[in-house]
Amino acid sequence: MREDFLHGDEAIVEGALAAGCSFFAGYPITPSTEVLEYMARRLPEVGGVFIQMEDELASIAAAIGASWTGRKAMTATSGPGFSLMQEGIGYAIMSETPVVILDVQRGGPSTGQPTIASQGDIMQARWGSHGDYSIIALAPNSVQECFDLTIEAFNLSETYRTPVILLTDAEINHMMEKLIIRDDFEIRERICFPKGRVLFPFEAKEVPPFPVFGRGNRVHVTGLAHNISGYPATIDPKAFEDLITRIINKIELNEDKICKSEVVNPDADLIIVAFGLPSRAALEVVKNDSRIGLFRPITLWPFPGKDLMRIAEGKKILVLEMNAGQIVREIERFAGRKNVRLFSKLGGVVHRPAEIMETIKKWGVL
Amino acid sequence: MEIFEFFRRDRWPHMFCPGCGNGIVMNCIQRAFSDAEINIDRTVFVSGIGCSSRIPGYISADSLHTLHGRAIAFATGVKLGNPDLEVIVITGDGDLGAIGGNHFINACRRNMDLTVICINNSIYGMTGGQVSTGTPHGFKSSTTPKGNPEYPFDFSAMAATLGANFVARWTVAHVKQLTKSIKLAIEKDGFSFVEVISPCPTYFGRQNKMGDPIKLYRWIKENSVRIEKMKEESCINVDEKITIGIFRDADRKSYLGRGNENRC
Repeated sequence: MREDFLHGDEAIVEGALAAGCSFFAGYPITPSTEVLEYMARRLPEVGGVFIQMEDELASIAAAIGASWTGRKAMTATSGPGFSLMQEGIGYAIMSETPVVILDVQRGGPSTGQPTIASQGDIMQARWGSHGDYSIIALAPNSVQECFDLTIEAFNLSETYRTPVILLTDAEINHMMEKLIIRDDFEIRERICFPKGRVLFPFEAKEVPPFPVFGRGNRVHVTGLAHNISGYPATIDPKAFEDLITRIINKIELNEDKICKSEVVNPDADLIIVAFGLPSRAALEVVKNDSRIGLFRPITLWPFPGKDLMRIAEGKKILVLEMNAGQIVREIERFAGRKNVRLFSKLGGVVHRPAEIMETIKKWGVL
Repeated sequence: MEIFEFFRRDRWPHMFCPGCGNGIVMNCIQRAFSDAEINIDRTVFVSGIGCSSRIPGYISADSLHTLHGRAIAFATGVKLGNPDLEVIVITGDGDLGAIGGNHFINACRRNMDLTVICINNSIYGMTGGQVSTGTPHGFKSSTTPKGNPEYPFDFSAMAATLGANFVARWTVAHVKQLTKSIKLAIEKDGFSFVEVISPCPTYFGRQNKMGDPIKLYRWIKENSVRIEKMKEESCINVDEKITIGIFRDADRKSYLGRGNENRC
């Protein structure tokens, strides 16, 4: 175990390297550029490969390409770049390619507020690519979690053969905090096919083994709808339904294993739901008032709704978001609209504890 | 390597139209491959979207059929991920010249260790005959019903200018030369680019009074001029002339080449 004092950016890079990341492709964009720069310095030191590509479309494409050679690969971007990466994320979902995407959120839409924190990409992370799928997204709220959840992102990506999105923001990435690096963190490795021909690379109940390029598996990989041989099957409804159902189910049926959340004061009368930056303000509130509890989803997608309802059934829920209201829709799905209220902050301003208390008082539910 | 081992026989027959040039190019790739004695289990074929991009699906090797325009970017990741692999991109004029143009020019500039084979059939075939960056000036397509008001890219001249190490352009009427150039391209370090002018009778031919494959084939053959015989600069489809031959054979240090100590 060792202690350090790092930026969120650095913690993410160190977490990625600890997880075994050996390939990074990226493109400069505020406020995620520091991750690109740290990677350019750190990856060669550990024998990894770094390349700055010509745009975000190419960055995620290169990361996916490298993943097919068996490497753990990553890219990092922010809002506008995240929009461009959606086509690549869709490809990674369809081809079942492990890859980690860091989205350091900034105000949008469009060029928006490049240097200002936001939580505006929550729904884009879930639904940004076209078509039906499920996805995993994690939201750290500290430098410690930048490190821990980056490792977790790689583990989940390798385990479920799926892209995993890390959703941070300009503030989380640029703050400095103490980081404790334990020696006993778990690293999961990809399960791969042995050498030689593989006839049905996509035959599995949940997650098929991975055919690494260059081992004679001779596998065809495509973003088209495909059958268990990996061959295009674009007008076969059964093949399509089987494929998409499996791609969704491998995540949704394992949500108990995937989902993580933090709970404070579970017996409280009112529950605040907050994640990322505003959850730090919420923590200040609940520390001083046992009538108020906190539910912090660490896994945003799949949303840990069952865990929330375990403590919030029949209670009032106040949702804090640095956007115009995104995850609140998911919470309403579980708790019902009449029990849920949104306290939204736009423009990059974080909720202050006093403001949160004021909002609760005005609501008159305590 | 024997032809029946090179192709995925369980996927025959292929999807290409009668008279399409893709079959000829597939044949040339297989021959070049046999001549170069490359281990197919250490080779990855990468493609984007379009008719030509379906070729890797018929080759019995690791193959990555990716997104429209992005083949070279994916291939860059594969090559850097495992530099011991031979990485070959198969693309077309629609995939490479328009939506993938940025990746093409940057891979040339990097001299990335890839072989790119571009089948230029002057049209978007998969979507049904729209104008492409390879459509000659004045020729008709479904989106230029009065004739193309624009001029096409000269992909090979571009690649040579942008820093590719090996650049050649042939037509499907030059199978011997094409096969040899594909072999040289595979063996060359750095970015190699082989462009093949190929007939699409279904969508390019029919819209331009050359629906008969033989007629289109003859048009391509009769209008190609060897680069050595060109008085001025190379051209493609300007005054219906197509420059063919080896445009560049250089040994600029490649991205992965020994001595490029600056790469990360």
